[in-house]
Amino acid sequence: MGYQQRVRDKYNADRASGKPVVILGIETSCDETSASVIRDGREILSNVVSSQIEIHKRFGGVVPEVASRRHVENVNGVVEEALTQAGVTLDDLSAVGVTYGPGLVGALLVGVAWAKGLCFAKGIPMIGVQHIAGHIYANFLSGGMEPPLLALVVSGGHTEIVHMPAHGEFEFLGRTRDDAAGEAYDKVARAMGLPYPGGPVVDRLAQEGNPEAYPFPRAWIDDESMDFSFSGLKSAVLNTMHNAEQRGEEWKQADIAASFQAAVVEVLVEKTVRAVRKTGVRNVVVAGGVAANRGLRAALQKRAELEGFGVHFPSLDLCTDNAAMIAAAAFPMYEAGRFHDLDLNAVASLSLTKWADTPTIPFLVK
Amino acid sequence: MTQALKYETASSGETQALAARLGEIVQSGDVLCLSGDLGAGKTTFTQGLARGLGIEEPVSSPTFTIIKEYDDGRIPLYHMDIYRLGEAAVQEDLGYDEYFYGEGVSVIEWYGFLEELIPEDRLELHITLAEGDGRRLRFTATGPHATARLKELEQLCPTSH
Repeated sequence: MGYQQRVRDKYNADRASGKPVVILGIETSCDETSASVIRDGREILSNVVSSQIEIHKRFGGVVPEVASRRHVENVNGVVEEALTQAGVTLDDLSAVGVTYGPGLVGALLVGVAWAKGLCFAKGIPMIGVQHIAGHIYANFLSGGMEPPLLALVVSGGHTEIVHMPAHGEFEFLGRTRDDAAGEAYDKVARAMGLPYPGGPVVDRLAQEGNPEAYPFPRAWIDDESMDFSFSGLKSAVLNTMHNAEQRGEEWKQADIAASFQAAVVEVLVEKTVRAVRKTGVRNVVVAGGVAANRGLRAALQKRAELEGFGVHFPSLDLCTDNAAMIAAAAFPMYEAGRFHDLDLNAVASLSLTKWADTPTIPFLVK
Repeated sequence: MTQALKYETASSGETQALAARLGEIVQSGDVLCLSGDLGAGKTTFTQGLARGLGIEEPVSSPTFTIIKEYDDGRIPLYHMDIYRLGEAAVQEDLGYDEYFYGEGVSVIEWYGFLEELIPEDRLELHITLAEGDGRRLRFTATGPHATARLKELEQLCPTSH
């Protein structure tokens, strides 16, 4: 029997049995090898990230685990650990969700090939997941979120406002025209002589500084736009430090950090409010590494209360790359019976809005 | 064989326009190595180059993801930032050869960490701040392919100043 038919048979049998939906998520798009098991789309049974466990330490934790060789070394152990912690075996799995883009093609291929091997061997349905969709779905794990909603995606590689009218459907309302917000953080931190990643350190310093010490620019672009630009802000911060040094003046790290953060956060919050007003969608989720930023969390929450819309942030451990969010994003695809075939490939530049275009197995429900 | 070409632009718009001209003439297998301080405009230049290639997807910095690929132009653009790998860049094989000798043009920021793996025949560009929003751009070609590209650029954009 071919793979497609085995998948159909298993899906129909599993649905008929009424047993819980157990999804294994696999994520290898960039630095982290991660595997997770979740039940019924919401309950995390395990979420193992390579940098948090012993396997990683053998190789030292300084260099990013971006090379495919590193993911190959990690993936078996990480998946085994995720299954063990969850107390499930391969036979308990309803489906496997795996990140197939965007990311480094060599790194992505490790997860995709591993998932294909497992799914082919055991006749398990496979769901390719777009990585940014995963970050958005991290919010579904810790709250009762349901579309329609707006997502503010803020990370080292992304800054976007996304409208999500229904599961699996995405539309960009705004995006960065140059640097991502997280990247502006990292570059300002680098100029201050702080270690990578600089975002968390700048966030901490900002709590102790004066946010009005330096009037850094806010890039509004125009009254309507929900696009972002952080390159000018980055340059303004660098110039301020540079000019002060040339005049032999001291600049206070905490004040620079606080003033910079105030500029970033104000723009992120205001553009999100614009999106709420424009679409009338009153539920906002925040996704990506910068969702952990304390300044952003506080300011957006306060503003949401004033404006009367709901805002939800993932728990801190789900803000960075992890496989639980990938499994969570796979869940509505499972519910809809949308599975990918064994010809699924890694796509380095896979866009959120193109996720739904990847063909799925034609399904004949008995 | 080394050949150099210098420009001074008056605005970031002018810098991007020059980059776009280069984007119109680059060919598969071309490698462009960018250097310059933080904020010099390496990503800004790459955005212009992408425009010249006909890429419509917005080009943002690849610092976090290290390599970003853009496939919707005349030829693919591989935009890399090696900073985060640092000294480990050469040991961590990210499949560099498939980019350098592939179908597209490679643009590499912080290429010093990868020096020994980058093709010898390459175009180097050093960007420094000039008046206002302008930039000084110094191109150096280190082989026959890169020299040919530089000559084409000089014809398209004569250095009158």
